Amino acid sequence: MTSAEFLLWVRGPGLQIAAVIFAFGIILRFFEIYMMGRKKNLSAKRAGGTAAGFRTVATRFLPADSETMRRSMFTVVAGYIFHIGLFVTLFLFVPHIELFGALTGLTWPGLPMPVVDFFTVISMIALLGLMWQRLTKPVLRMLSTGHDHLVWTLTFLPLLTGYLAYHHLFLPYTWMLAIHILSVELLMILFPFTKLMHAFTLFVSRWYTGSMAGEKGVKV
Amino acid sequence: MANDKSLIEILKSRGVSRRAFLKFCTTTASMMALPPSMVPAIASAMENARRPSVIWLSFQECTGCTESLTRSHTPTVEGLIFDAISLDYHHTLQAASGDAAEHAREEAMKENYGSYLLVVDGSIPLDNPGYSTIAGISNLDMLKETAKGAAAIISVGSCAAFGGLPHANPNPTGAASVADIIKDKPIINVPGCPPIPVVITGVFLHYLTLGTIPELDGLGRPKAFYGQNIHDRCYRRPFYERGQFAETFDDEGARAGWCLYKLGCKGPITYNACATMKWNQGTSFPIESGHGCLGCSEPRFWDMGGFYTALSEPTLDVTRAVGVAAAVGAGAGLAVGAVNQIKKKRAQSNHETVSVDDYKEDA
Amino acid sequence: MTFPVEVTGEPWTGNVQPLLHEIYYALQRLLETGEITVIDLRALPLAPGEEEKIEQKLGQGEVRARIEALGPSEILETGIAGVWLVTHYNTEEEILGRYIEICRIPAILESQDQDIEYGLDEMEALLETR
Repeated sequence: MTSAEFLLWVRGPGLQIAAVIFAFGIILRFFEIYMMGRKKNLSAKRAGGTAAGFRTVATRFLPADSETMRRSMFTVVAGYIFHIGLFVTLFLFVPHIELFGALTGLTWPGLPMPVVDFFTVISMIALLGLMWQRLTKPVLRMLSTGHDHLVWTLTFLPLLTGYLAYHHLFLPYTWMLAIHILSVELLMILFPFTKLMHAFTLFVSRWYTGSMAGEKGVKV
Repeated sequence: MANDKSLIEILKSRGVSRRAFLKFCTTTASMMALPPSMVPAIASAMENARRPSVIWLSFQECTGCTESLTRSHTPTVEGLIFDAISLDYHHTLQAASGDAAEHAREEAMKENYGSYLLVVDGSIPLDNPGYSTIAGISNLDMLKETAKGAAAIISVGSCAAFGGLPHANPNPTGAASVADIIKDKPIINVPGCPPIPVVITGVFLHYLTLGTIPELDGLGRPKAFYGQNIHDRCYRRPFYERGQFAETFDDEGARAGWCLYKLGCKGPITYNACATMKWNQGTSFPIESGHGCLGCSEPRFWDMGGFYTALSEPTLDVTRAVGVAAAVGAGAGLAVGAVNQIKKKRAQSNHETVSVDDYKEDA
Repeated sequence: MTFPVEVTGEPWTGNVQPLLHEIYYALQRLLETGEITVIDLRALPLAPGEEEKIEQKLGQGEVRARIEALGPSEILETGIAGVWLVTHYNTEEEILGRYIEICRIPAILESQDQDIEYGLDEMEALLETR
């Protein structure tokens, strides 16, 4: 297979397969999760839960108290850097916007390439740092499963291959671009069935937790 | 078929001075994409170069490659190259026709068996040999027969090198490249639709002067000409970096010479010498004229999702498939959810009401 | 955090300045060791107008020569002594190659020994007929 044929496959059938599994999986998980429902709350509500839910969505952006903050400073900072970097890389890189435009018809302005490049690099550094911590801290190490390492790899590979492709490093661009797209397709395929699903459920579960606490009269 | 005269003797007999020869060598080095420091080596190699016999076969092609080459055939420098080879068979350019033409090929093959250079343009149909024949001989048979005695093969143009336009989806003739068929000869791929004329002559010159196959990349292309990425060498690259893109062919950005990525430029995946060697005697190249690169020197460039589709866009329709998948996902989700609900209800209905007394009995 | 991004209306490759630096060091080498440098302008990616910009910066010097051999060639000394601009044309006046040569005199201008030998033959013939 030539690099051109590989690229053609990942831009065509490969993307179709990945997108189909991704869409199928996400919707399936949504229905599965929301149809679980909750047991009826038999106790009397002490306060409204709606506002508390939204407050929790906001307050959970920061650690609960200064002690937690102090203890998990690195995780918080690196986590933020990674997520912001990933957001910029994914959504503000012009070729990516072209892809979203082709898929959804929606486009938005992008950032200059060196800026996106900067965010890609800091995301990768943050991810490496988090992995280092996971491997060296005994408690984190004990808590880590194969699943965690799989998810880390799935997220790291698109960043790394994209970086290599953009800088024309390691392999001719056509190969690297095709490998980059393939790595994203792998991510898409496994996304709905791993912890990565949190991207879609994060705010809903925060709201739910907050609203339940609110109804019980807990101050959030 | 006169292999007796060396190139320098031919030049001398035409009253070409040593100074003119030096000029010729200098521009030749340029053409071969060699550094100017190589000029003396080229000069001495050329002094000893002999005229190789060349057989040129045209299969499923449009003659655009020959057109491109003859356009570079100005009466002086590149013209001399053609005096330096003995083009014994080229059915578009030769005067002879019919039997006489075919005899010329057979004769050239016989006389120079093992040493002639075979040039091919066009792809070879494998589905039905009748799709393309010359003098009643199928392209496949003619290629196999002529390749046997060739010292080397140059595949000129994307059709001969990779299948090109005839190979485009759905490839109705089963078009194949030369390298798909001939496995036991050195093959130099000179792709492009057409290739840059001076690249064609440059490859000829390399073989003629140095007598070797130039260093090739993974796709069999001479690295000297196909080693550079169009995107890397593009003078519009700074606009790409800054995120300044032409959105249409007539907007402000297009007029300001911004990057053509969004308009489908395939420069990033294309390796060719256009950005430096340029076309029409160094006038410009497509991107300079305001049109994105088609990627014509790459395999399957016709199938790369359309000339005006950005490289990051999908080549097939994904949206519809995603819609169907989402619907199926919703159905499956509902079913799974319903099953879960039933399980839950059943579990609830199976609850037995127990009191403290029940436990007392057990104890 | 600020990210300085230069924005200009004209396309540029950024190759003009490095090329001028290359010429500067080549000129130094010429004076110190006699080493000759030839730069093929066709082998560099230059935006439209950048070649002119280089010529303009180097200026015009004292020597302007024209050769007629397989079409014309133009040899100009630039405003910087030792930096020459050599352009080869074919008979149709189309540019075949452009070079910046850093040397005392471009080799193409010198009479070649082989041509001088012919010259000798011709001189002999000339003297005999007299």
